[in-house]
Order: sequence, then structure tokens, then C-alpha cells
Amino acid sequence: MTAETELKPRYIGQSMKRREDPQLITGKGNYIDDIKLAGMLHVALVRSPYAHATIKSIDASKALAHPGVVAVFTGDDMMDINPLPCAWAAGRVKNNVNTPRALAVGTVRHVGEAVAMVLADDRYIARDAADMVDVEYDPLPVVVDAKEATAPGAPQLHENAPNNIVMEWDAGDKAATDAAFASAEVTISEPIINQRLIPTPMETRGSITRYDEATGEFTVWMTSQAPHVMRLLLTAFVFGIPETKLRCISPNVGGGFGQKIFCYNDMAFTMWASRKLARPVKFVEDRAENYKASTHGRDHITDAEICGTKDGMISGLRVKTYANLGGYLSTIAPGIPTTLYGRIISGVYKIPSAYCHVTGVYTNTAMVDAYRGAGRPEASYLIERMIDRFATEIGMDPAEVRRKNFIQPEDFPYQNGLGMLPYDSGNYEPALNKALEMAGYADFRKAQAEARANGTYLGIGISSYVEVCGVAPSAWIGLAGEGWGAGLFESANVRVHLTGKVAVTTGSLPHGQGLETTFAQVVADELGVPYDDVQIQWGDTQGTPFGYGTYGSRSLTVGGTAIKKSVDKIKEKAKKLAAHMLEANEADIVFENGTAYVKGSPDKVKTIGEIALQASVAYSLPEGMEPFLDETSYYDPPNCTFPFGTHISIVEVDPDTGMVDLKRYIAVDDCGNQINPLVVEGQIHGGIVQGIAQALYERAVYNEDGQLLSGTLMDYAIPTAEMSPHIETDHTVTPSPVNPLGVKGAGEAGTIASAQCVMNAVIDALSPFGVKHMQMPASPERVWKAVHSK
Amino acid sequence: MIPSAFEYFAPASVAEAISLLEQYGDEAKILAGGHSLLPAMKLRLASPGVLIDINKIAELRGVVINGSINIGAMTTWHTIEHHDGLKSACGVLPEVVAQIGDIQVRNRGTLGGALAHADPAADAPAAILALDAQIRTHGPGGERTIAAGDFFTDMLTTSLEPNELITAIIVNKLGAGEGAAYAKFPHPASRYAIVGVAAYVKMNGDKVSACRVAVTGAGPMPTRQGDTEQAMLNSDGSAEAIAKAAEEAGANMDVLGDIHASEDYRRAMVKVYARRALTTAVARARR
Amino acid sequence: MTTITVTVNGKPYTRDVEPRTLLVHFLRENLNLTGTHIGCDTSQCGACVVHLNGVSVKSCTTLAVQCDGAEVTTIEGLADGAILHPLQEGFWEKHGLQCGYCTPGMIMAAADLLKNNPNPSDDEIRHGLEGNLCRCTGYENIVRAVRYAAEKMNTVNAD
Repeated sequence: MTAETELKPRYIGQSMKRREDPQLITGKGNYIDDIKLAGMLHVALVRSPYAHATIKSIDASKALAHPGVVAVFTGDDMMDINPLPCAWAAGRVKNNVNTPRALAVGTVRHVGEAVAMVLADDRYIARDAADMVDVEYDPLPVVVDAKEATAPGAPQLHENAPNNIVMEWDAGDKAATDAAFASAEVTISEPIINQRLIPTPMETRGSITRYDEATGEFTVWMTSQAPHVMRLLLTAFVFGIPETKLRCISPNVGGGFGQKIFCYNDMAFTMWASRKLARPVKFVEDRAENYKASTHGRDHITDAEICGTKDGMISGLRVKTYANLGGYLSTIAPGIPTTLYGRIISGVYKIPSAYCHVTGVYTNTAMVDAYRGAGRPEASYLIERMIDRFATEIGMDPAEVRRKNFIQPEDFPYQNGLGMLPYDSGNYEPALNKALEMAGYADFRKAQAEARANGTYLGIGISSYVEVCGVAPSAWIGLAGEGWGAGLFESANVRVHLTGKVAVTTGSLPHGQGLETTFAQVVADELGVPYDDVQIQWGDTQGTPFGYGTYGSRSLTVGGTAIKKSVDKIKEKAKKLAAHMLEANEADIVFENGTAYVKGSPDKVKTIGEIALQASVAYSLPEGMEPFLDETSYYDPPNCTFPFGTHISIVEVDPDTGMVDLKRYIAVDDCGNQINPLVVEGQIHGGIVQGIAQALYERAVYNEDGQLLSGTLMDYAIPTAEMSPHIETDHTVTPSPVNPLGVKGAGEAGTIASAQCVMNAVIDALSPFGVKHMQMPASPERVWKAVHSK
Repeated sequence: MIPSAFEYFAPASVAEAISLLEQYGDEAKILAGGHSLLPAMKLRLASPGVLIDINKIAELRGVVINGSINIGAMTTWHTIEHHDGLKSACGVLPEVVAQIGDIQVRNRGTLGGALAHADPAADAPAAILALDAQIRTHGPGGERTIAAGDFFTDMLTTSLEPNELITAIIVNKLGAGEGAAYAKFPHPASRYAIVGVAAYVKMNGDKVSACRVAVTGAGPMPTRQGDTEQAMLNSDGSAEAIAKAAEEAGANMDVLGDIHASEDYRRAMVKVYARRALTTAVARARR
Repeated sequence: MTTITVTVNGKPYTRDVEPRTLLVHFLRENLNLTGTHIGCDTSQCGACVVHLNGVSVKSCTTLAVQCDGAEVTTIEGLADGAILHPLQEGFWEKHGLQCGYCTPGMIMAAADLLKNNPNPSDDEIRHGLEGNLCRCTGYENIVRAVRYAAEKMNTVNAD
């Protein structure tokens, strides 16, 4: 046998079934609401029915008298803890940060803001008693639209934020961009609205706190994508207690999509009340509460301009965006429409000059923060719509315009001039070509023309995207750079026990992404041990090394690399120990496939199990070597990764009703090397349908009084199986040079690619009616009006 | 999401249910399939003090087809949807019912419950109007029969007396020369009708000799479309005749707008779906 | 309080409940069968689907008192001991779940679907799951999972 066949990965690259699944398919999962503690109290909240009001008085006497009610607390009771922190001061946000308190004090600024908490022995009683709390409000004027909120005379939300402005931020070269527009042959401007969405993980959010009076320690179970960060924020910022006094545990989390990254008031008020009452306290939202009071996503109002030559070369992009951030700043809200949006608005194109200005705005709406893709879907939608607009204007095939302006393979690492880190690697044209071929693009226009002659309106849409993933480099994203108030490394500890079984603890954690499986595949191959011998543990700040959590398609690129680094350290130590055990020089030891042998004498061999046993019993170790194979790594990558691809969709529009039938959806993605193609494909599928949903169905709507009209799943349409297309997938592989696994991340790609893919198709279908742009969602009414307003 | 507390009764007979209604008056609500009432109670939009669950009343369930079709008020959507006899006697009913809610809703929801609730966007009321069904009720004063056309009086309001119960719905079988159809524009989230149009057509040779068209979803209550029906009558049922008649649909009714569909758009869709329903109904009548 | 007896996954349970107790809360809180989930307030999401006397229902829109004397099957009762139901197997094989929250309801709805239509087309599978929402998978692999189960069940039945 040759070294080559020997070293061939056994698990990496395999579509392995997920090890997470057996418990989840049998109903044995452990989600937040499944957790019951002895003596646990249940919380029901009294929430504001007004979008903006002064709280005049709160009378809880009736509720307190209700049998089974233990206590009622208001914001005034909790003045001994601080407001929730905002951890990403992007865009030079300084003196106008306003974040929510655990419960409102004095003023409410959006419908559903929590005003009082009722604690009872039973959730039914708590709910009944919440209705008995009398709150008197003095309503104030309301503004819900980001652009209107900055206008003179608009209602003001916070004294320290004149005109409701959170921050003014820009990126790129304004003078050069203005000059490009001044001299351009073709200039196009288009108002582009990226509507507000509600993330809607199927499990709502919640938290349970148990306070231990004897030790003064809190344990909080939380639906969190980032328990270590929550521990830091809740102790150091909200409670002013040592970090060591809080243990945060994420059990099974029923989807996050960004909404579960953040520090929420329920974490703070369950902690506060549990300490006060010396009983465990549980709060779990219902869906209406999740819709009114947990974070939303997107909500941009943009003026976009693009310019170029008649032969299809783009020369400039100029963008002005109002980003609605809601009534307060959520944990990382300012960073989303700035670093993760403005710095990548030029997409996959080599645009000589680009400029983006973003105004972040307070309004009387729920807080807006990261939602799957977080800034990048907004950027990708904008540029891909404008590329199509440009193509239409100059009468060129949109595929051709893309091809002509793509960043070329030799341009990498590529600086886009907007302050983004250099794009790591890419090869955009093969992905485009593959997608065009799958779609039968060459023949489509003929079929489209024939169909039109028969009164059938078909359209095709292309979306070539790039995203920033594996979001990290602390030196770049941190306070000195992009304003993130911490680092963004990841961590892993790997231990090989004396039985040869491997226990891995990670700072990142899965809530659907299959990381347990993927991580185990990496460890098994890198260490050369059976996959089933590897256990991946996560989610508990007690027992896992500090990590920043799972979001931004970063868990494999950053967290996976931390695991690999720990395994490398284990292997180094194992080689030293093997040399000692085999009485050979360390330099002569080869470690592969879970064994260490002497170069040239493969019979002189020790398995990792034998080495681990010796390391554990420690009867005979080399001089100065500590017992046990136990290594921890913190990995802070030198760059982000930049996955890319091209998606194509084909739609048919019914001109009588405006209904859009999504007939085909084709996705060619490049996320670098794939550890588990089954899991990657699943991530792509799910992401795509969330983007399609933005294009066709979803829209969070506030009326002018700040009432959320899309406040239940009867009003807010997330797609069913019937509303979702069959998805045809393929991929190209351009490994990332940033990390040793060559991976780029796949969690958000689908969402970043798909909304504009469908919108471009819808607008293409409507081109006979003179339609050049349409805002999302392309609801039947919007499409019908576009057809009939000709 | 938790309902307020209530007292619960599960009578075994219609008489018992009515005496409970008399006893508790306004406090009481009838629980049929529960798929409108229970969500409303969970959202605390309804908080009845007494719930009278009529699911245990066996006499209210089932479909009997003799000279006409008698559908017990508590017959579930599922039963109607999959009833072979109904498919041949009045195929439009299973067709309408298959478009209600989802499978689990149809496993619990009932025809009588839906009619009594009279949701302005429910599907069945349009069919009931277009089929000119009879609604049999039982109250303290005994039985009576209400014509479908007299049943829906306003948004969420019917001509049912406070202590009255729907016991059955009586529908005529569709014979030779008769056809009916339902065309629906479903709400993408709730699956209720943004616009739903049910049409019934009788052809006498080449002429339309009877026509009933009813619209749901668009306005505050399901509404017959007299102008469309008149335009169809004595026409040849051709595509042109249908298109002309459908243009009249919605003209004389209140139409509502909301975040999903404006009034203008709904009015336009009433015409489109009237045309679609009539086209299918005529084709079936000619078959 | 009303005393009810409900047979859940083959085992009878007698409990005192408030009439307003929702079946889903009865299962989760009174019987500790937490595999049945709650995802919405309005009967849209289907995370709570169980079988009541053999048909799929949304247990968030059913009162526990209405189930007195009835038989309920939940996700915990679907497998035959250690042998997974073909649908459970299919969801595992085909990566039909990610976060797993919708999965119990999805599987229970799919079981009802296959009972009524043992050989559904992909479109029929999609239609048959109209009462269940999944936010993770985009449904593509759920369709594959149900198809896998249908094929497996048909093979077994043919044997």
C-alpha cells in the first residue's frame, strides 16, 4: 500500500448521516421548553400595546391577589441591573447607543415591549394574571419608516439621537465614484427596498434561570447561538458580577437564523427574578411574542445608482441606504448594514469605483439585527438587481454583462475598494457556465419568445453572488477596526482518553447545521481514529472553551480549524511519546492514520490508543512531558472566506392574477472543500427557500400607528412544501487558502443568492409590460399591477 | 397561548345541547371542530365562560344521500372530501372542502361549525350559496330550515338564533345538465380565500337555464352575484358570454382591502375567479 | 378539574385536567412527552401534530378533555421498540431534518399521508405536508425522506 491511498480521507468528503438525528427523530430532543426544574416558576409578560408611549402607572394588585401568583415585577424593580449592551459599535456609534432594559422603564418604543413580568406556579395562571395587570399609558407620536424618521419634525425616540439617527457610515471613494458617474455613457438609478423580515425559527426563544443561593451562581438555559458571549455580556455588562458566577447552556436549539445570537431581556429578567425569589424561573415566548419582540431582519430603503459603458463595462456604483434598526439597538445591529453590507456591495464584479453611505435609524418598531446572511443578502440583492437593470438598459444579455465584469481568477486576493478584507479565492465563470448549462439558457430565449406569443409569460433570472463568511480576524473586526467590541476567534479542546476515545469540546455549537457530525468527520480523519470514537460536546460554558458562537457561516471555517489545530498538537505530542515508546528519534516518527511508526520500519508502530494509554497512565513519559493527550487551540484566521456561485430560476407569471409559478431553481455553489456534502446541500436548500420567501411571500408590515399587522403565522407567510420548488444543485470547488481545511462556509449562501435570482426572473417575465424593477415581495397584487398599469 | 378558563360540557344529544345553550345564554359558545374558536380563545379574542362541545352528538355526523344530500352539521371536512357518494352526487363540495386549511384542520373542522362561524374568507359558505343549500337548525322552538341565501347576514353574523344549533345541511344532487365549480385564490399564510368564487350552472340544451355565483373572501360576508347570474341566464355559456358575465361580478358588493390584497385588486380578482369558476361549471354542465 | 383517561402510545393515563388544557400541554406537561412541540399560536405550523384515534390532528387546537377515552400516538410511540419507523429512518437517511424542531410533527403528518396514499408522487407529498412548516430544510430532503419511507414500506408490504 502506498502512502497516498493510506492518507486518503475516510470521512472528510463523505455524505455521512448525521449523528444528531436519532434523538431528534424519536422525540427525545431537549429544547428549552422541555426543561423542567423542581420549584420552577413560569413567567408571563405584560407587553405594550402601543408603539410609543409613556408609562403613567402600573397596578399589579389584582394580579398579585390571583391564586398561584408569586410575584409581579416591573422595570423600576430592576434598576440595579444595567440595560442590555450593544456590542458592535460599527459606524462610529458612540454617544447615541440606546439599548433595552430587562423591562421598560418610563417609555415604551415599540409594540410588544415588555413592561411587567408575572411569575406563577403554572403557565396558565401566569397568563391569566398578566391580563389583570393594569398599565396606564400616555401615547406618543409614532414613526415606523426609516427615511421618514430622519425628516425634520419626525417623532423623536431618544434624546441623545437627534433625527433618530444612530450612525452615518460610509465606505469607498466618493470623489472617484462621483467622477465615474459624471463621465459615464450610461447611468441608471433605482430605488430599492429590502423589506423587513421576521426570521421565524420554528422554535421561539426563551430562557430558564436557576440561581444557587449557596454559591451565588446562576445557571441559564437559553435558546442561544452564542452562550459564551451571553455569559460575558450578562455578567460583565448587565449584572456587574464575575463571569465565573454564570453558567450558560444552550440545549437543542430549534433553529436560529441569527435571531438567537443576541442578548435578550428574558435572559436578564429570569436571572434577576430567580435571584430575588430563590426559585428557578422559566420564560418561553409564544409566536406572537416572538414576532413582536424578538429581532427582525433587513429593512433597508436604498437609492442605488450604477454606471458604465454601452458595451457593458460597469464603471461605478453609488448607494445611499437608510437602515431601520428599530426602537433600540440589538446586540450587533450597527454592524449589519455597515461592515457586512456596505463593504461588499460591489459583489463579484470588478467595479473601478464604488461608494456606499448608510444612515442607521431608530424607529418605533422591533429591533432589527442579523438575519440569515445579515447584510450580505441586502448587498447581493442590490448589486444583482442593478446589474440586470444595466443589462436591460444597454440591451445586453445579463449573463454576458456578468461575465464581462467578473473579478478574474488571477485577481485574487482581490481588494474591492470598499474596505472589505481581500477576497480569498474565486473562479466565478465556471459556476456561471455550469448553471447556465443546467438551465438550458442557450435555448431559453427561444422558448420564452414562443411562450409569449401564446400569452404565457416565462422569465429567467440569474444571480451571481459572493459572500463574506467565516467572519473573524479579530484585528480587523475588533474595536480598532470595524468596531466589534471583542474578538471573533474560535476554540476547541481535544482530549484522547486512555481508552483511545476522543472527547472534543468546542466554542461553536450547532442548531441544525450538523456540526457534531462534520466536526467528528474532521477529527476522525485528522487523528486517524474511528468516527464513532469521537465525541463532540458543545453548548455549555462549563466544560467548553470560550468561543464566540455559531453565525456568519463561521463554525467550520473558524471553529473547525481550531479543532484541526488541537488535533495537530495532539499528533505532535503523540509523536514525541511514540518516539520515547519505540526508542527512536522523534524526527524519524511518522504519524498517519492513527498510528506512529518509525520511518522505514513500519513494523515499529504504536497506535494512537496505545500512545494515549501511555500518556494517561504516565508510567513512562519522556523527560518533562506532562501526562495526558489534551490540547486546546484558539484559532483567529488571517482573513474571512468568500464563497460564491450562480443561481438561476425560471418562473411563469399569470398575467390575469399576478401569481408567480417558480418552475425551476438551479443552484451552483462553491463553498470550497466540502466535508459533508449531504449537510452542505441541506444548508443550501434551506437558505434558498428563505431567500425565495423574501422574493415572493414574506413582509413584516407595521401600520402608521406602529401596530405589527403581520403578527402571526396566519398573516406572515413562510413557505410550505407546496410553495417551495424542487431545487437542482451542483457545485464547483475552489478551496479557500485562508484555512487548512480549504473550506469557505455554506450556511448563508442560499439566502444570499436566491431573492434576486427570483426577482430577476419575475422582472424578466414582465419585460413585455415594460417592467424594469419591482420591490419585494413580488406578491400577486404587485405583479398584477405591473402588468395592468402599462 | 392559553385560553381563559371555562366550564365544559359535552352533551350527547341535540336536545341536551340546546338546554345548555338556554341555561348559559351569552356566556356559552358551541365547540364544533374548534379550528376557528380555539385559536381565537388562545389569542384571547374570545373568552367564553362555558364551552358546549357537540363532538359527542353522534346524530350530527355523517352524510346521507337519498333524493337529496343530507350532511350532518358535525361531519368533518375530511369525511366530505373523501366521500365517494358525494363525489358523484355533488362533486363540487369535496372539491371546495379539499382546499380548506390543511389536512389536520380538515380532520377536525366541520361544515356546520364553519357555517355558524361565518368567517368572511371561509370557502364553504360560497359553495353553500351557489348550491342554494338549506340549513337545518334546531332551537328551543324546534326545527326550522333556513335557505342559504338568508343565512349569512353580516361579517361573522348569521340568522341563527342565540340558542339555535345547526343540525344538518341539505344540498341537491347535481344532475344531467348541471355543473358547479369553485375557483380560489388562497391566502399564502392562512390558506383562507383572498377571493373564492363558487359557481353553479344548469344548461338547457345550449342555453343557461339557471346560474348561481357566490363570492367569498373579498367582502365582509359571502355574497351572491346577481348581476353575473342574470348575465349568464339564457346565454349560450360561451367563453365570451362567461367573460361578459364575470365582468359584472363584485359590482354590487362591499369589498375589503388589507395588507395582502387591496380593494381594487380584490375586485379585479373577483372577476378573474368568477370567470374561472363559471368556465369550469359550464364545462361540467355540458358533460 | 375534570378526570380524563387517555391512551397514549398504547398506555392508559388517568389525570385531572382543567377543561382548557390543550392536548399538547397535557402531553408535554402532564405526561412529560416533550417530543410534541409548539411552534405557533394559530394552528399553522404543525409542530404539534399527533394522531388522535388514528388521524393526524394539531394537538395545540384540541382540548385534552375532548380526548377522554381516545387513543393518541405521538412521535415517542412511532418506533417499534428499537426499530425505527420507516419515516424516522427516511428522515435520518435523507437529511430530512436540521434543527429537528418541526420534525416530530412533520413525521406524524407524513405517517398519516402514507396511510391514505402509500405511493405518493413528489407533488402529493408536498401537498400532504401542507399543514407543517419547516424553516431549515427547504423541504427538498423532507420530500426525499417521505419518498424513501414510502418505497421501504411498499417493499416490506410486498414481501
